[in-house]
Amino acid sequence: MFGLERKDTTLFLVVIAMTMLAPFLLNPFPQGSAMAQFNAGYPDLMQRFVIFGIFAIGFNILFGLTGYLSFGHAAFLGVGSYAAVWMFKLLSYNIVPALILSVIVASLFALVIGYVSLRRSGIYFSILTLAFAQMSFALAYSVFTPLTNGETGLQVYTSDPQYLLGNGPNVTHLFGLEMRSTTTLHLGNWSFDFGVGYYFCAIIMLISFYVAIRIFRSPFGMMLRAIKSNQTRMNYTGLNKRPYTLAAFVISGMYAGLAGGLLACMDPLAGAERMQWTASGEVVIMTILGGAGTLIGPILGAGFIKYFENIFSKINDGVLHSWFSWLPDGIENFVVKVLAPFFGEGWSLSMGLMFMLVVIFLPGGLVEGGRRIGAMFGRGKADPAPAPKPAE
Amino acid sequence: MSKSNFTRRGLLKTGTVVTGAGLALPTIFTSRASAYTNEPTGDTVTFGFNVPQSGPYADEGADELRAFELAVEHLNGEGDGGMMSTFSSKALDGTGILGKKVAYVTGDTQTKSDVARASAQSMIQKDGAVMISGGSSSGVAVAVQGLCQEAGVIFMAALTHSNDTTGKDKKANGFRHFFNAYMSGQALAPVLGKAYGTDRQAYHLTADYTWGWTQQASIAAATEALGWKTVNNVLTPLAETDFSSYIAPVLNSGADVLVLNHYGANMVNSLTQAVQFGLRDKMVNGKQFEIVVPLYSELMAKGAGANIKGVYGSMNWNWKLEDAGTKAFVQSFGTKYGFPPSNAAQTCYAQTMLYADAVARAGSFEPCAVVAALEGFDFDGLGNGPTSYRAADHQCFKDVLVMKGKDEPTDEFDTLDIVEITPRAQVEYEPDNPMFAGGDLGQCNNGA
Amino acid sequence: MDALILQFLNGLDKGSAYALIALGLTLIFGTLGVVNFAHGALFMIGAFCAVTLSKIFALSHTTIDPEKLDFLGNPAKIQSPYLVEWFGPNVGAAMIDWAVPLAILFAIPVMIAIGFIMERGLIKHFYKRPHADQILVTFGLAIVLQEVIKYFYGANPIPTPAPEMFRGSIDFGVLIGFDPNAIIYPAWRLVYFLFSCLIIAAVFAFLQFTTFGMVVRAGMADRETVGILGIDIDKRFTIMFGIAAAVAGLAGVMYTPINSPNYHMGMDFLVLSFVVVVVGGMGSLPGAVLSGFLLGIVQSFASMNEVKSLLPGIDQIIIYLIAIIVILTRPRGLMGRKGVMEE
Repeated sequence: MFGLERKDTTLFLVVIAMTMLAPFLLNPFPQGSAMAQFNAGYPDLMQRFVIFGIFAIGFNILFGLTGYLSFGHAAFLGVGSYAAVWMFKLLSYNIVPALILSVIVASLFALVIGYVSLRRSGIYFSILTLAFAQMSFALAYSVFTPLTNGETGLQVYTSDPQYLLGNGPNVTHLFGLEMRSTTTLHLGNWSFDFGVGYYFCAIIMLISFYVAIRIFRSPFGMMLRAIKSNQTRMNYTGLNKRPYTLAAFVISGMYAGLAGGLLACMDPLAGAERMQWTASGEVVIMTILGGAGTLIGPILGAGFIKYFENIFSKINDGVLHSWFSWLPDGIENFVVKVLAPFFGEGWSLSMGLMFMLVVIFLPGGLVEGGRRIGAMFGRGKADPAPAPKPAE
Repeated sequence: MSKSNFTRRGLLKTGTVVTGAGLALPTIFTSRASAYTNEPTGDTVTFGFNVPQSGPYADEGADELRAFELAVEHLNGEGDGGMMSTFSSKALDGTGILGKKVAYVTGDTQTKSDVARASAQSMIQKDGAVMISGGSSSGVAVAVQGLCQEAGVIFMAALTHSNDTTGKDKKANGFRHFFNAYMSGQALAPVLGKAYGTDRQAYHLTADYTWGWTQQASIAAATEALGWKTVNNVLTPLAETDFSSYIAPVLNSGADVLVLNHYGANMVNSLTQAVQFGLRDKMVNGKQFEIVVPLYSELMAKGAGANIKGVYGSMNWNWKLEDAGTKAFVQSFGTKYGFPPSNAAQTCYAQTMLYADAVARAGSFEPCAVVAALEGFDFDGLGNGPTSYRAADHQCFKDVLVMKGKDEPTDEFDTLDIVEITPRAQVEYEPDNPMFAGGDLGQCNNGA
Repeated sequence: MDALILQFLNGLDKGSAYALIALGLTLIFGTLGVVNFAHGALFMIGAFCAVTLSKIFALSHTTIDPEKLDFLGNPAKIQSPYLVEWFGPNVGAAMIDWAVPLAILFAIPVMIAIGFIMERGLIKHFYKRPHADQILVTFGLAIVLQEVIKYFYGANPIPTPAPEMFRGSIDFGVLIGFDPNAIIYPAWRLVYFLFSCLIIAAVFAFLQFTTFGMVVRAGMADRETVGILGIDIDKRFTIMFGIAAAVAGLAGVMYTPINSPNYHMGMDFLVLSFVVVVVGGMGSLPGAVLSGFLLGIVQSFASMNEVKSLLPGIDQIIIYLIAIIVILTRPRGLMGRKGVMEE
């Protein structure tokens, strides 16, 4: 099906099912219950899951296949966002021109940076991309403020021209279909949200994912993998690897630009922090955490990080107390005191610990963890070739 | 919770149908539409406190959170009631708001506008917050204020000092109790003139982003009106930690005053390093060289240690004030946490009280009703003396404090002295003042 | 002219910190082949050693003074440091005053111990893993370390002043034959510069003139051969990791009076120190020192008003521009060995 191998088709169908049913899967706990804190099925976060999924899928095309570790990918996300918001400011809130421009601008940006950076490999390549991204960030924050609105972030003002606005809606929309409109389904104590924005992003993500599978399985993908596994051999065969790596770089820059554009389409504001090196580091972490070189890994990693950032950081002392209120007072206070450094404001501590553990014990990332669990339940014996095999 | 309790998304959708803008969605799912975003239908109402919990302003965020928790306690009738007893409006009675207990959720802004918006979104979409408060930087405040306007909830800005928040980025659903850069300039200039004379050459070091620029413009305008000259204004990168290369040129520039338009760690470092360069021991143009830090906070004063001695700055509020409201608040905060509250804490507490009171007076949580109740509202007893929320731009007008770093601190909290309480009339401006022009309040948004 | 000399001094001073951090970083890379993203965190922990010692020195016993009142109107608590009580007001107060320099003695064993634990407990298991994994695990460690410090010390900068006698500035111009008051420079910054020269000299002397250092250098050049000779090179490399940690830590200790330490100061230096290492040449010790000072000086000159008015924002990007130019034109760095990490 879809021109994919059976294994990939299965994976693709699983991803389709997961994204389409995400509003149910991410809201497993009834409203008002103590566990509802862990629900992640609200439109804004679900959108972030898939958008950062796109970002990580794109990053993986470069890093997972060629082994080139870019530390400046957030720059492409940032320019994508700026391009999209400028489209809103100049034309209208329709997201189609915004997305098109954000991909184009990001690919041009990636072409220039990639052309220069790919003259080197290894850590030098990482430092070059990092340097370009940091320069973009520093300038966007200060000198380029007329273009980026600096610290406050680029946003649409009523005084902006918006030449094509006419009577169109005053929120981002796809030919009239408003991105923020949401429908809620109530089933007993459960409630599930279906956002237009989420489903739009999810469909884009599925298309991106499909394209990524095709790239992974294409001769072009094979070539990229060859670059990763043995550069010397590549050179001896007389092939020039630079056109291939540059193509991979630009493609992954386009994915980042698309993700940036989508972020702006869901929430028309673009801040310079999107380009900071920590943001670039985040996508590296997402990809490696999920499993670099695997198809599904980056999406899992993106979900993992965003879940931590948005859900864990909101578990404050008050919530902890409500969880353990069934304990006697003294013990309750003690338990909360012990747990408090890891929740709420301590979420970055827990995340740091978490990904240290993953890197130490699961070098293949979450995907490897999943495979090990699968093997534990005996599936390993029955099926000698487990589903998502890493690229290497 | 029953079905009808949880319908805020439904109303977003209904809004689409009613206004007829855009494509309507099938309505089979939703049971009932509410009148506005996150209408509280149970026995609680939820506030969202969105403060920096990681990054350089985490301690400030922690103090803001303490004040929010205290305010919620007092609203729900726990604790000693704090400023509720001194507040001039008596609509609140310590039984929650309109019979509903106040609950709250917290989130981490990381002092990044993107993250702050994501966090506020989750409070609105997931937790059903009707009011968002917090912030430790103007960029974040402006970003979250814009979001609240779109979503149809009220934003009660906490620490944000840029003119833009109630200037070119003002929004109908947003309110600021804190003072702004223009007021700092107006309050500081006369005191500086009195202390340092009207013939001074000022050298500005300015953090290179929006807040730094507005503050620099405000201070330069106010001091130039006094007769000072601005010798130079040098922009410094936000991420800079070593300011020596920016301070060194000051020595021989002919300037005799250094104005540090920095905040937080930037300010702590630039002030410490300027003092190390011996600037304050210098005589230039026959006058003692002086340093001015236009915006002070207790945490910065603590971080800069002995270097702030004798340095002038301005503040929104200070725990050393003598009025009944301040005393009640300091008593209540100090008893609970063991140290006096910061001016960030006071603005957070006041904003929460003001919102609750406006709801009680309006008889509804509906954003437009709350906006109407807050616009032009005159009050007293929240620590700043007689204050009013101007309808034209949702900025609070009240006295501003001019502070000076204390020479002989008696304990670790005793870092700053109040030099002058600048009367409100002196810091007031017209809504169309050029520094605030260009924005549009727009219409209040109920979200539905 | 004096403006240029002032900026040159500033550059040397910035460069001191860059060079010390980069020296340790490149030492770790050269010996163990590990890219250590937690190196900035070691610098930060060093700074907090100084903070901790000042706090220990300031430990006080509390007496209640019924005469005075605190801000709530309760009787005030008077703090009197134990040190002053034990050693008398002169010695005790002097110790408190000299807490930062004394923290050097405190920081060396602490930092070496932390270095050992890090290497034996974590880094050791990552020798055979790809650089990306090393980066990720040490980056995770850096986050954990800084969050732990934040938990205990808060996020606000903590003032840690230099001893009284170094707090002011001195007339440096007079020393080199200028008019009085032409070049005033903070005393502590000069101390910092001299201190870092001392440390750098000590590290080089150690590697150059001791048998231990000779073996380590041999191991850096050809690890396998040294191993075949029956020398336990791993153990020596562990010790080098401890030394690298101590160098970063000492850089942090002495930096506290210049910059009130806060928990994320390590991250502020992390990216920069990598740029310094790469510009100097991966694994090259003299290169790290040279490029540290060079970048510090260039950055200082780029911050001058005359330069900024020509090229706005140049001070924000100059370091990265230099890194790009160096990597593109001379990929092994200024002083990297031919063939090492070159492409």
